[in-house]
Amino acid sequence: METTVKKEYTFKDFASDQEVRWCPGCDDYVILRSMQKALPEVGVKKEDVVFISGIGCSSRFPYYMDTYGMHGIHGRAPAIASGVKLANPDLSVWVITGDGDGMAIGGNHFIHVLRRNINLNIILFNNEIYGLTKGQFSPTSLVGQKTKSSPYGNTQPPFQPGELAIGAQARFFARIGGNTPKKMTQMFIEAEKFNGTSLIEILQNCVIFNDGCFTKYTDKKVREDQQLFVEDGKPMIFGKEKDKGLVLNGLKLDVVTIGENGITENDILVHNANEQDPTLHQMLVRLEYPLVTGIIRRFEDVTLEEREDALTKEVKANSKFTKTDDLFFSGETYEVK
Amino acid sequence: MPKIMIAEKNEIPPEILEAVVIRFVGDSGDGMQLTGTQFSDTSAMIGNDVSTFPNYPSEIRAPQGSLYGVSGFQVHIGSVEISTPGDDVDLLVAMNPAGLKTNLYAVKPGHTIIIDTDSFSKKNLEKAKYETNPLEDGSLDNYRVIEVAISSLTKEALKDVEGLDNKSITRSKNMFALGMVYWMYNRSTDHSIDFFNKKFASKPHLIEANTKVLNTGFYFAETLELIPNSYTISPASMPAGTYRIISGNTATAWGFLAAAEKSGMELFLGSYPITPATDILHELVKHKHFGVKAFQAEDEIAGITSAIGASFAGDLAITTTSGPGLALKGEALGLAMMIELPLVVVNVQRGGPSTGLPTKTEQSDLLQAMYGRNGESPVIVIAASTPSDCFKYGFEAAKLALEHMTPVILLTDGYIANGSEPWQIKSVSEMPEIKNNRISEVKENWHPYDRDEVTLARNWAVPGTYGLEHRVGGLEKDKITGDVSHVPENHEYMTKIRAEKIKRVENYIPELETEFADSGDLLVIGWGGTYGGLHSAVKQLNQQGYDKIGYAHFNYINPLPKNTKDILGKFKKIVVCELNNGQFASILKMNFSEFDFLQFNKIQGLPFGNTELTEKFKQLLG
Repeated sequence: METTVKKEYTFKDFASDQEVRWCPGCDDYVILRSMQKALPEVGVKKEDVVFISGIGCSSRFPYYMDTYGMHGIHGRAPAIASGVKLANPDLSVWVITGDGDGMAIGGNHFIHVLRRNINLNIILFNNEIYGLTKGQFSPTSLVGQKTKSSPYGNTQPPFQPGELAIGAQARFFARIGGNTPKKMTQMFIEAEKFNGTSLIEILQNCVIFNDGCFTKYTDKKVREDQQLFVEDGKPMIFGKEKDKGLVLNGLKLDVVTIGENGITENDILVHNANEQDPTLHQMLVRLEYPLVTGIIRRFEDVTLEEREDALTKEVKANSKFTKTDDLFFSGETYEVK
Repeated sequence: MPKIMIAEKNEIPPEILEAVVIRFVGDSGDGMQLTGTQFSDTSAMIGNDVSTFPNYPSEIRAPQGSLYGVSGFQVHIGSVEISTPGDDVDLLVAMNPAGLKTNLYAVKPGHTIIIDTDSFSKKNLEKAKYETNPLEDGSLDNYRVIEVAISSLTKEALKDVEGLDNKSITRSKNMFALGMVYWMYNRSTDHSIDFFNKKFASKPHLIEANTKVLNTGFYFAETLELIPNSYTISPASMPAGTYRIISGNTATAWGFLAAAEKSGMELFLGSYPITPATDILHELVKHKHFGVKAFQAEDEIAGITSAIGASFAGDLAITTTSGPGLALKGEALGLAMMIELPLVVVNVQRGGPSTGLPTKTEQSDLLQAMYGRNGESPVIVIAASTPSDCFKYGFEAAKLALEHMTPVILLTDGYIANGSEPWQIKSVSEMPEIKNNRISEVKENWHPYDRDEVTLARNWAVPGTYGLEHRVGGLEKDKITGDVSHVPENHEYMTKIRAEKIKRVENYIPELETEFADSGDLLVIGWGGTYGGLHSAVKQLNQQGYDKIGYAHFNYINPLPKNTKDILGKFKKIVVCELNNGQFASILKMNFSEFDFLQFNKIQGLPFGNTELTEKFKQLLG
């Protein structure tokens, strides 16, 4: 959105007077604080910011932001937010959702909002569990995962959110660990800058019902070796020693070590987020080692509201109707005397 | 070819009729809807009052010749006030045996049937389950049957027109029938020829073909001795003004256009296609020139939730649907009620339950509209009476939603939504003002659920307004701050204030009126789309000297008009007539238990017929 506001906000300006009620130690606190830090950087006026959520732990988020907000109904936040944005394209609209809200009950809205490319930012809190209903498996829970509703192990294969999203034509997909606030703040800023639907999947630890679900990727001790944080235009290198990288081997990605078998940095794939063809982005999303984080896909495209706006202008320019009376009295009317 | 103006009169003077009911029936691909529409438009143009009723199968192209594939269009024209599409058919035009078989019941003995004899092949008779040919077995002896080889005459008429394939030739036979009926009722073919010129502007051979067939039918009727006389229907006396023919769905859409302009707001429609409501979407998507934002959503739920989002952001937001769609929208409607945002939900009722009878009419969603949500969730419910007053009630629904900060359900039905009649065009300047509860100034100690003391409507701050940032949501709200509250007494208070807000709407709606008698022996009660049938039945009895029968029609269901009890008390008997199993009667019984409510219910997917009503009322009058 265009704004010339120079008012200096701090993160405190975006904190509402409501007491935050998530469980102690929940990653949601990190996400909330990262958002409150990101918004002053974005340069958007506070009154122009709207948070829309569905139902679930994550969906309490709007109550804690001192902006406009709506705590909606289960799964429908993308549709509510679409209405907000189409009604007033000047607003900065954020959708807060979770793996159950976004991909189970709200799966239909999730895929269609991505397909349409409305300029919204969707933050998906993925904790691979239903928290608010106290611990049932979700569409991202792993096969075999024991939960309240799968005591002998989950039998339903999970969605990979990025795979689903890119399949639904997401133009912007990023993934980030729930314990990396600085990167998260930066990513929120990037999402807001992007003109189109941006989706950020946050690997969010649920301390009560699924504690440690992402530890093997996000723990500070291992994350540099287990995560590849991609940056546009840079070679896809990871590891504590910055010596691991990705190369394309036929139709799959291989991990190689720089300095071994004659591999040099020049052999490593360079990340291109702004590539229309999603094939490589899908491969990155699916990779289990390393887990790819960062902005995986960022492809600039026309938004729905831009298409609508252009069409409306064209119709207006060519129409003989400016007031409803012009329409009502047009065509085949007749007089009764 | 020269245009034929008004046909010359036969030697026998034309019969002067007050009103005539004509029904065109044929296969669903035979163009019966177009034929009927052309006839009713032409009649309206010369000043007749008209009322129409399309009746078509839910299959788009049902198997040819089958009984369930019959498509019909009934038009009632008159020099007197016409308020229904008619009951008994004076002229039936049957393009095939299936059409004859399924519609003969409606034709009074002695009345006329035009039949395309070419279609009465052995195969078609079998498909229509005729064991013997009705044209030969004497079963039509009581009718005036006009047998015409319409298909072969059409083919013959077009033999010199170049560029026509067989399909186009077969398809234009409906124009032959139309031409005949034009002649019979002294109508000019001008309007239809103008229509061909516009519709087929880029296909001159189709203009030529249709004009030729129409005129051939017209001439054929003129010269055919089988048609003994022609009828004249003189113009009806209607209030002076500018009129147009309008269908209920278009009128509903236009009511919203007018409300948006009057309130100075932008109109947002979130909708998902569903029969018979989709034409409202079709109409509103055309009007981008007025800035209408029509959003075809991925499902019914996204239809209403996108509208809720648009309302939150400050648009005049509506969503349109039919029965099953309203069921899907229930939870979201509860959210809109809870966060107290203006929203209009149109339910064009159809036969239910479940998928039911999608193309037929019924009034069986009334209780769903009243109660089809979890928790205590009252909303305003209103219902339109006729095709043209869908305009008034579309406008009214928007006005009530904006002024009272609540969802409003507008009930119409398949019968009035698809039917059409003359509408005395209303300029937006003639429509009442629409206020809203928007605020834009920061006030000290402001809260999002601060209410107007009189209406109890909450104030409405929209995103983009400096200093009024706030959160709404489906969780219960503290009565003062609007913050989430689970306090028991607060929940009871909020539940009651939401109910009271709707109750107070009774101070802003018109009182109930009675027609034909203010007091007496029998009060006939109707609501919504049955107005035409009930009104004309009571009127007819009144003209026959029954002066103790009155009629009260409800357009406001929740809340009910304030004087309802007074009216009910003025009659000895009350009969509630509705196209369901007694839903409005149950609401009246609950609210006014001191009265006895008799019921007259019809659940056949069809509107009330005149005869069944007058007979019932006479029986009740004793």
